Amino acid sequence: MIECKKVAFEQGSFKLSGIDFKIGEGEYAVLMGQTGSGKTTLLEAICGLRPIKSGSILLDGQEISNLKPAEREIGYVPQDGALFSTMNVAQNLGFGLKIRKWSKTQQVERVKELADLLGITHLVHRKIEGLSGGERQRVALGRALSFYPRIICLDEPLSALDDKTKEDMYQLLLKLKLELNITALHISHSKSEAIKLGDKILVIDEGVLKVEASDSIWL
Amino acid sequence: MGIIGGTFIFLIIAMVLADLTFTTPDDIFSVLQQKEIRYAIKLSMITSTITMFLSLLVSIPIGYVMARYNFFGKRLLDAVLDIPIVLPPLVIGLSLLILFQTAPGRFIESHFRITYTVYSIVIAQFMVACVFAVRTMYVTFSQINVRQEQVALSLGCNKGQAFRYVVLPQATNGILTAASLAWARALGEFGPILIFSGATRMRTEVLPTTVFLEMSVGNIEAAVAVSLIMIMAGFAVLVVLRYFGTEPSLKTIL
Repeated sequence: MIECKKVAFEQGSFKLSGIDFKIGEGEYAVLMGQTGSGKTTLLEAICGLRPIKSGSILLDGQEISNLKPAEREIGYVPQDGALFSTMNVAQNLGFGLKIRKWSKTQQVERVKELADLLGITHLVHRKIEGLSGGERQRVALGRALSFYPRIICLDEPLSALDDKTKEDMYQLLLKLKLELNITALHISHSKSEAIKLGDKILVIDEGVLKVEASDSIWL
Repeated sequence: MGIIGGTFIFLIIAMVLADLTFTTPDDIFSVLQQKEIRYAIKLSMITSTITMFLSLLVSIPIGYVMARYNFFGKRLLDAVLDIPIVLPPLVIGLSLLILFQTAPGRFIESHFRITYTVYSIVIAQFMVACVFAVRTMYVTFSQINVRQEQVALSLGCNKGQAFRYVVLPQATNGILTAASLAWARALGEFGPILIFSGATRMRTEVLPTTVFLEMSVGNIEAAVAVSLIMIMAGFAVLVVLRYFGTEPSLKTIL
């Protein structure tokens, strides 16, 4: 469960304040808002990549606002995937485990499990160069899930994909939601995406964050 | 455009060819027989290599900080880094000499002699070569997407680990470019060395000094032969560099 209490941040002339919301255990929240409304900034603040000015962020009731990103146990999937270009797919998937000093056998097992879960078993020895957009996002997703994070943050993971790939990714995300019961915060521009995936929809509009029920406003 | 460009390329090649046709293999062999020149070759190789490693040691952190952080005085620092590039080489040598005549400089000299020793050669080379390495590393790190580092942090890395495992492997090409630039620059350095280190045979004579000394006594064959040795060394570095492959974007900037 993640909770933001009166969170505010400032970046140059950009300001956002009074952010209050809660995403329950196993809840899939979609965050919407216009370009430049501060969605990515909020996501980065939750991941610990950007300081907040005031307020507090709680993860399972524990204050994490001052923790380093590494200590937060939050999975992060940035917009372009940002795969490690000098590593192959398996090394990308296992990186978080290597850093956590898992044993070699545990790493191999977990990577296999992830590849299987995401349908990328045939890709594990491939280089990142030459992967398609959809394949990249699957690897990025697997890498973020590898260490059993308490919540996963996705920044427009589907925006650069073609319709067919997008549909496949919806199915995959829905499957993960059901099978792993993941708690997620997912940034999106697409209403249909929000309706398909979201249990809860958060909208940043003119500097104010509002919480909507997933089936209320756009139907 | 074509003619202007063509003339330039022609001049580069003609220049090297002229050197080649001017000397014979015998000239080069006889030059290699002289122990002064063998000493100069050895000293040049050793000092250039030390300068190269020192430059990397300094340019990697500076380049990274400049590329990743905004801080007070960054533009000033950026301008200061250009000073060794715009200063005339002789002035750098003279300035170094003067620096070691100041009170702190004299204090160092009284414990550890620097001017007119081989150490001064490395310092003179380093002052110029390092800046080129810094510029290269700055561009290299600027081109590496910061997102990958951020993901590494979220996956459990501290900043050092993110740098070591994610940034550094991507900077390999840039590091190679910086190293070879610094090395080539150091090998060709003459003005500052002449003033700061002198031109004593068997002591502070590096290859450019040899060319100068041989020319000044009218021994043009030897001067050209030594020049050819330097051209070959420089060429070898270029080949190694191209072989390992540099990102095209970086090549154009340099």
